[in-house]
Amino acid sequence: MSSPESSPYNEDDASPHGETRKTEWPLWEVFIRGQHGLSHRHVGSLHAADAEMAIKNARDVYTRRNEGVSIWTVRASDIAASSPEEKGSLYEPANDKVYRHPTFFDIPDEVGAM
Amino acid sequence: MYAQMIKSTGQGVKSLDEMEPEERAFQERIDAGGKIEPKDWMPEGYRKNLIRQIGQHAHSEIVGQLPEGNWITRAPTLERKAILLAKVQDEAGHGLYLYCAAETLGVTRDDLTRDLLSGKMKYSSIFNYPTLTWADMGAVGWLVDGAAIMNQVPLQRTSYGPYARAMVRICKEESFHQRQGFDIMMKMANGTEAQHKMAQDALNRFWFPSLMMFGPSDAESVHSAQSMAWKIKMNTNDELRQKFVDQTAPQAAYLGLTIPDDTLKLNEETGHYTFAEPDWEEFFDVLKGNGPCNTERLEARNKAWDEGRWVREGLIAHAEKKRSRKMAAE
Ligand SMILES: [Fe+2]
Ligand SMILES: [Fe+2]
Repeated sequence: MSSPESSPYNEDDASPHGETRKTEWPLWEVFIRGQHGLSHRHVGSLHAADAEMAIKNARDVYTRRNEGVSIWTVRASDIAASSPEEKGSLYEPANDKVYRHPTFFDIPDEVGAM
Repeated sequence: MYAQMIKSTGQGVKSLDEMEPEERAFQERIDAGGKIEPKDWMPEGYRKNLIRQIGQHAHSEIVGQLPEGNWITRAPTLERKAILLAKVQDEAGHGLYLYCAAETLGVTRDDLTRDLLSGKMKYSSIFNYPTLTWADMGAVGWLVDGAAIMNQVPLQRTSYGPYARAMVRICKEESFHQRQGFDIMMKMANGTEAQHKMAQDALNRFWFPSLMMFGPSDAESVHSAQSMAWKIKMNTNDELRQKFVDQTAPQAAYLGLTIPDDTLKLNEETGHYTFAEPDWEEFFDVLKGNGPCNTERLEARNKAWDEGRWVREGLIAHAEKKRSRKMAAE
């Protein structure tokens, strides 16, 4: 097993976002569920050596004022994301399907609330 | 400000007609109040400029812990100590929110840290001034955080999404900072004669350095014009400085303290104060590294980095060991 001590530290091999150098703690994305039963929401990222430490750091960095009741952390490099160039092909199919919205249908007033 | 003298492309602002289609779409999105997100196309100048600006802002939050950290062990009461600790911890948080915003632009945390430690990247001039008495904790919260708020509030609307979101979090916490500082000032200004004198002395020393935080007039600067077109700078330095003086002068009067500027006067017609400019030569000298505490601040950061190395490496080794044990067990 390689340890950071035994592997040379090359300061210049910068890594893209989400990846990490040998001596840099990996990047974790942080998701927090607020007080009111909403879904977890992305709040930012942080560095930590492992998952346990990522949760502890997330508590200190992102919930100093009771902002959350639950924390998720996930390695940034494990996240798959849609790319902005696909915006058209991904979302356009929804544009011509207005009948998916309830306002598409005219219900007579006599029917009452629906 | 927490980011001072940021240089952009230096080429002046292009008109929409001069832009390639990609860049025009980018600029039109910004003009319409839209946000740019990490994976979106952006001009290289925008990206580089933001890395410098957000990085410098982050460094300021981190180095800014030092002058206040200086007084944690000597706070006059346990409550004041707990409050100051919480404030300084918030500043560490601000640094981290900002580093994480900068990292979305393709730099690593270590890159930024290395450039701070080598002196290649700057932090705000204000943190190169010493905190000499307890009243300085009041002056820093009231004036320094107060000046920072002037800049950070409009930056919540900046065009770069991760930066804007970091600013929203930061602004929520800043008013605690300014209020705890003003609270200290009130106590000191209304205390014994010696305490009042201390409060006045702190104001005397921090007034002009606080005005310098906004940077020299940039109404004519091509760098600022580009940054404003990109909406990564929302107001000119002079606008923000004026706003700060207008807000702070009446507060000083409330405290019964005198702002160390004989020319300071309310212009009844405009509703704005006229005031003396700080010594800009001193400002540039501090930026160059010749302020009272530049050496000490950088030494402290370097020492923390060097002495923390075994912890950073040890925890990586531990994480690797745990991971390989877990893999072996599976
Ligand atoms: Fe801050
Ligand atoms: Fe602050």
